[in-house]
Amino acid sequence: MDNMTFDFVPYITPTLLILLSPFIGFAINGLLGKRVPNPLSGWIATLAVAISFVCSVMLFVNVPTGSFTIDLFDWITFGNTAISFGFQVDPLTITMLLVITGIGSLIHLYSISYMHDDEGFTRFFTYLNLFIFFMLILVMGNNYLMMFIGWEGVGLSSYLLIGFWFKNNEYNNAAKKAFIMNRIGDFGFLLGMFFMLFYFGTLNYDGIIDAAKSLESGNGIITAIGILLFIGAMGKSAQLPLSTWLPDAMAGPTPVSALIHAATMVTAGIYMVVRSNVLYALSPTAMSVVLVAGVITCVYGAVIGLMQNDIKKVLAYSTVSQLGLMFAALGVGAFSSGMFHVVTHAFFKALLFLGSGSVIHALHGEQDIRKMGGLSKYTKITYLTFLIGSLAISGIFPFAGFFSKDEILAHAFEHNKLVWGILSASAMLTAFYMFRLVYLTFSGSFRGTEETKKHIHESPLLMTVPLILLAILSVIGGFMGLPQGLGFTNKFADYLDYVTAPGNKILSATSHHISHTTEIILMTLAFTLAVVSILYARKKYVSNKELPHVEGEMLPSTRKIVYHKFYIDEIYEKIFVKPVMVLSDLFLVLIDKLVIDLIVNATALITGATGKMLKLIQTGNTGFYLFAMVLGTILLFIIRLFV
Amino acid sequence: MILQLLLLPLIGAIAVWLSGDKWASRVALFFTLAEMVLTFSAYQSYSSTGEAFYFFREWITAPKVSLHFAADGLTIAMLLLTNFLLPLIVLTTFNREISNRRSYFALMLAMQFALVGVFMAMDGLLYYIFWELALIPIYFIALLWGGANRIQVTLKFFIYTLGGSLLMLFGFIALYWYNPAHSFDIRELYNNKVCDCNQGWLFWMFFIAFAIKIPIVPFHTWQADTYKEAPTQGTMLLAGIMLKMGTYSLIRWLLPILPSGVAEWGPLAITLSVIGIVYASIIAIMQRDLKRLFAYSSVAHVGLIAAGIFSLNIQGLQGSVVQMLAHGVNVIGLFFCADIIYNRVQTNNIDELGGIRNIAPKFNTLFLIVVLGSVALPLTNGFIGEFMLLYGVYSYNTWLAVFATLTIILGAVYMLRMFQHTMLGNITDKVKVFTDLKWNEWLVLGIIAVVIFATGLYPKPILDLTEPVISAIQKQSLIK
Repeated sequence: MDNMTFDFVPYITPTLLILLSPFIGFAINGLLGKRVPNPLSGWIATLAVAISFVCSVMLFVNVPTGSFTIDLFDWITFGNTAISFGFQVDPLTITMLLVITGIGSLIHLYSISYMHDDEGFTRFFTYLNLFIFFMLILVMGNNYLMMFIGWEGVGLSSYLLIGFWFKNNEYNNAAKKAFIMNRIGDFGFLLGMFFMLFYFGTLNYDGIIDAAKSLESGNGIITAIGILLFIGAMGKSAQLPLSTWLPDAMAGPTPVSALIHAATMVTAGIYMVVRSNVLYALSPTAMSVVLVAGVITCVYGAVIGLMQNDIKKVLAYSTVSQLGLMFAALGVGAFSSGMFHVVTHAFFKALLFLGSGSVIHALHGEQDIRKMGGLSKYTKITYLTFLIGSLAISGIFPFAGFFSKDEILAHAFEHNKLVWGILSASAMLTAFYMFRLVYLTFSGSFRGTEETKKHIHESPLLMTVPLILLAILSVIGGFMGLPQGLGFTNKFADYLDYVTAPGNKILSATSHHISHTTEIILMTLAFTLAVVSILYARKKYVSNKELPHVEGEMLPSTRKIVYHKFYIDEIYEKIFVKPVMVLSDLFLVLIDKLVIDLIVNATALITGATGKMLKLIQTGNTGFYLFAMVLGTILLFIIRLFV
Repeated sequence: MILQLLLLPLIGAIAVWLSGDKWASRVALFFTLAEMVLTFSAYQSYSSTGEAFYFFREWITAPKVSLHFAADGLTIAMLLLTNFLLPLIVLTTFNREISNRRSYFALMLAMQFALVGVFMAMDGLLYYIFWELALIPIYFIALLWGGANRIQVTLKFFIYTLGGSLLMLFGFIALYWYNPAHSFDIRELYNNKVCDCNQGWLFWMFFIAFAIKIPIVPFHTWQADTYKEAPTQGTMLLAGIMLKMGTYSLIRWLLPILPSGVAEWGPLAITLSVIGIVYASIIAIMQRDLKRLFAYSSVAHVGLIAAGIFSLNIQGLQGSVVQMLAHGVNVIGLFFCADIIYNRVQTNNIDELGGIRNIAPKFNTLFLIVVLGSVALPLTNGFIGEFMLLYGVYSYNTWLAVFATLTIILGAVYMLRMFQHTMLGNITDKVKVFTDLKWNEWLVLGIIAVVIFATGLYPKPILDLTEPVISAIQKQSLIK
């Protein structure tokens, strides 16, 4: 993929501006700090991202499908290897740019109101701009090490924002956990890069693709690289077994959950795999790993989502599950479908999170759905937009999620009926827990205190406008990817084709297409299942007025396991955290203090004894001898220097 | 240039001592700054012309010892580190109570003299003299200005390092003996290798001396106590610069002189180094005292440097140089942060700390930046070195690299835990009296922060500086 023939020079400035603008916003707010008056810093930050968005749109409109690269300078060089500090713009990058800066702008705008009375207002926007900056580096780099800068940079921003309210140690723990779990992923990412550097001599996307193309499918090196990179993706995109940080990350302010932990950062793993589609296409084993992890995580997240009572936790597990669905798509080789779901999911999940923020705002911080209910009367806009988001994620026609989810399910059906079955079941569960959430929150009567009830209010315009815009996107967003199987043109897939074609070409030998009729049957089936789930939730929570169990109530064992999230955190604590702590003390006390120091002290003792004997002959102190020796040497030395 | 670089600190030491307690720190700052400027001009000249500085004069005829000094790219890199850090270390003493100031600063400058000598000496015995010389000022600094257990701890430190040095002296004498040219001169040692049959045990003579100084596990148990008991500036000199004498010497005096010894025992050395990384990181996790925690983290970091050196490839060796500089800057930042805390609340125990961020946002930001450099976040100086080193180890052996790369996880564990316990959460009783940074603290940490990002974003000048020398040494160290 060489630089395209068209003249890209005029686009260099806007490309760099996309990156620079959030950084400048970060620098202004970061350096001036509290000297910027309260709402102004929020507007500066929002403007900074909006500028990036405008530039991104400009690239989208003007740059024909193809790619161009900008190498700024050689970053790390040794021997014959040079890793550049360079950027690349192609359809995949532009897609991510539009999502990051577009949704990013809306969430910045929303935050101006949401965070207005927080004492860390300016700090919040400083971190938010920093996040956008690193996220942009992640998707704009032209090699894996550039991606890694962004990758770890968003990890840092995420750490700072999860622990934004740093007085609370529970939040600090969540932040630390997120960073460390991501580091476990990065461990794989780094090793993957070492393999690439060693065997291909480069980390440039183009170079890797060229080098990989000449290799046989199933090559061990490619498999190793694919799996190692995917370990990175598992960390960043919260896939099992590295998924447990994401629900805890809800400790951050809600706009952060919407932006970082739903719409953008957590999809970086999908971006990475799509970016590396050639490598995965060449390794059936790595693809299977992606598929299996994706499928298991998809159903795992959905099952846990059924029993969560914290509005944000439900959405968090839903995100884990949806990310699993995206990986499942990649695992069956449907690269553009995975990306398509990244985009639609960004619309409706950002919407749902911001909606939950609006609910929390209305209830002055209450997040427990058992203490909500009947909010549709008080918060009309929030309710309607949240409903749209829920319909979209449940896969109801014609909302955005319907198209992207259906595309994935169709591909899964082609690939493996069992995978299709599990994913469909997860989709059903998704529709159920989402409407459980909707009904418990918005229908029936209010279950909180009278005091709270008096103050319930719809959020101000700055918050509702982003909700409305995201709701519109959640309604119409699906139409950019109409099903090809039914003879429509899938504009989204066509656009991404430039990036995904090499991988698809390798895979096409094994793929087979399903007929129109099958596709229509599948669609109808998925749609029906979703509707049934919603109706069941309605019966349970609206007609029968059931409520989730209260804390402390005995649960049957299966439900108990689900409620406690399969005890994964507890297991990790027992098999990783505790042993390492014990080991730490053991090393110090047993090896350092006992074994090594014993040997050292024995040596010292012998030396000491010899010293005492020598003392009989000479009686000075060591200090004096040392000085005499030094002085003598220096004198000798200086005399010689000049004589 | 050589003589100026070498003697300026010595003159400075005398001047400081003569200037008296009141003026000592200012005079010291003046001389260290002058030395820094001199070093930068040496760097300028070397990087534009590519000509190394050189000084040679006969000294003693039997045994043949000469005053052979040189400053090539590698030495200049080490001088940049030393002479850039010294003024910062002097600056950290401002706004602090120190007794007997003129002796304190005179010893610091004497230390600088010895360090500059170690890095420039190109004659084995001359190098050895400077190596020993460097021990003396730091011994007195730790002994006279140290904490409560200083006498016992300093003795342990002294015995350890002296023991190592003795072996090295032995090694040099043997090299002189076996060498057909009967010389300590580095050129002779490079060109006339001793018989393979003797390289094996000679390797250990040098390796142990260097391994103690670095320190490589299991030669490290002097370190945590010494770092804790020494006064802050002593710890900075030790951790920031002095331990690089060890890693520098591996590159300059071990690999090219005893390639067969390295071929024979290098695998063991690299394995020890890698084990040390994980071992020290794990110990660091449960440390309660900031200085002890940083000491163990330092063992882990320099273990990786040593591993990179013994990987014997260009990325490992170049990475080691980059990381020596980065580690020097970062570790001084870390120990200064510990000092800032200790100075205000008289404890470095993380159980008694917490919530400092509430009071001192500036300190919080700068401390965090140093921590990020030390956990090797990309775009900080720590990342460049760690990436190259780990890739060096990878190119040597995949499984060793897998083990060594655990450092990025463990590093995050102990550093973030430390940071949370110290800076975040609610204010503890002890911390209530905390005040944000004074001007000199702000300046030092600010400079360190700028260097962390500047060299992390654009490490090319350092890489270009040392590449020719390092690739020449690398070729020397591989047996054909």
